[in-house]
Amino acid sequence: MKKIFVTAIIVIVAMTITNVASAQCKNFAKKICKLELLPYVHDGIYNATVLSEGETAELYKTFYAGQEYRVTVCGDENLPPIQFQVLDAERNVLYDNKKHNYAKSWDFKLQSSKQLIISIQVQTSDELTDQILSGCVAVLVGFMNIENTFNQNK
Amino acid sequence: MKFKSKILSTLVIFIIGAITLLTTSCGGDKSNVDNQLDDSLSTSDEFNKAKQVIYGIPSPIETAMLMKRAGAKYNQDYLNPLSNLPNYTTTKSMALNLGVYSADLSFASMFDQSQASIKYLSATKKLADDLGILNAIDKSIITRMENNINNRDSVMEIISETFMNSNSFLKENDRGEIAAIILTGGWLEGLYIGIQIVKNTSQNKELMERIADQRLSLNTLISLLNEYKSDPNVQSILPDMERLKKVFDKIQTSSTKMEVVEKDGKNIITSTSEIKFTPEVFEELAAVVTEIRSNIIK
Repeated sequence: MKKIFVTAIIVIVAMTITNVASAQCKNFAKKICKLELLPYVHDGIYNATVLSEGETAELYKTFYAGQEYRVTVCGDENLPPIQFQVLDAERNVLYDNKKHNYAKSWDFKLQSSKQLIISIQVQTSDELTDQILSGCVAVLVGFMNIENTFNQNK
Repeated sequence: MKFKSKILSTLVIFIIGAITLLTTSCGGDKSNVDNQLDDSLSTSDEFNKAKQVIYGIPSPIETAMLMKRAGAKYNQDYLNPLSNLPNYTTTKSMALNLGVYSADLSFASMFDQSQASIKYLSATKKLADDLGILNAIDKSIITRMENNINNRDSVMEIISETFMNSNSFLKENDRGEIAAIILTGGWLEGLYIGIQIVKNTSQNKELMERIADQRLSLNTLISLLNEYKSDPNVQSILPDMERLKKVFDKIQTSSTKMEVVEKDGKNIITSTSEIKFTPEVFEELAAVVTEIRSNIIK
């Protein structure tokens, strides 16, 4: 009986920690990661989750012709670098931030509308430790206001 | 004493059971792991297993921007009248029309319609409040909107913020199905407005292409809704989306391989697409969208 009670307490504490982490993730995305999008306007969609080192997530989204986009991927400062790749529907790599010193953002524009995949992976830490690092990772999409756009045909 | 112990034991087992249920119900991602495994095996080594799949649906503000860029003109008649607001009393109608009014709000503000923007923002606040989305749109946001109504950048920022407040609140409170329904309403309203503009103005090739492009977003939207297909409200929306998909599937497309080129310091993903969107398919699409939208806003 005592064992069950202790287990229940541990589970409740773990759940509470997860909820706190979740709330922190929201604040991280809103207050820190969103700034990386400037001067692009955030599309208003919240995509953030808690990931551990080595874990991955993917965002499937249609990007439209003519619109200038910025994709920003950022993670908690205690996490190892976050690699993100932009893939086409056949999973050909169009951009890999690993080749750009793990840049947090990539700006682009499309000639015709396409569905792209933003594939994210938290790298594994080089340090030898028993602890698996985990933290919030957010992927945000912004677009340029029409008045601030550049002309592709220039 | 024995009885008391039994009650305590039952209570503990109930708590563990409830927590287990809660934990597994939040674990929709696990199925995605299986779904993605086959795809990724044949491709990248490092990105071989997606823990979580996120479906990105165009937000109302993005759709409004697309329409403006394509040369759309504002017409208040295209929007869902605010007089319909008291009709929305069920969770499904409130969520769908929160999306609809968010799209109308984005459309009005994109075209500098200050009074309409404030009224539609108030309507979205009411529906968000009724859905129990806490603090998504508070009085300070409406005041900020009023104070910045002539600055489109600020207005867009405020709308983006309110939308993020709503969907982050819902996702983090395990109400992702409501967020998905809101997005469905917003997406459909954007499509409806786009179709009305094409029908009532001269030929606009770019706008027609953006409407045809919605077939891509619809596929993503259906995938998102399928994540919550056990929810009765989502279940009742899916057949309409499948019906729309059948019409969109009649649009013939072909495209060339994508490549990234740099031009004037900007990255451009080049690929040309051919879209065969006949007037007959457009008319069919317009009829289906109008019918579905009428049922949503009534």
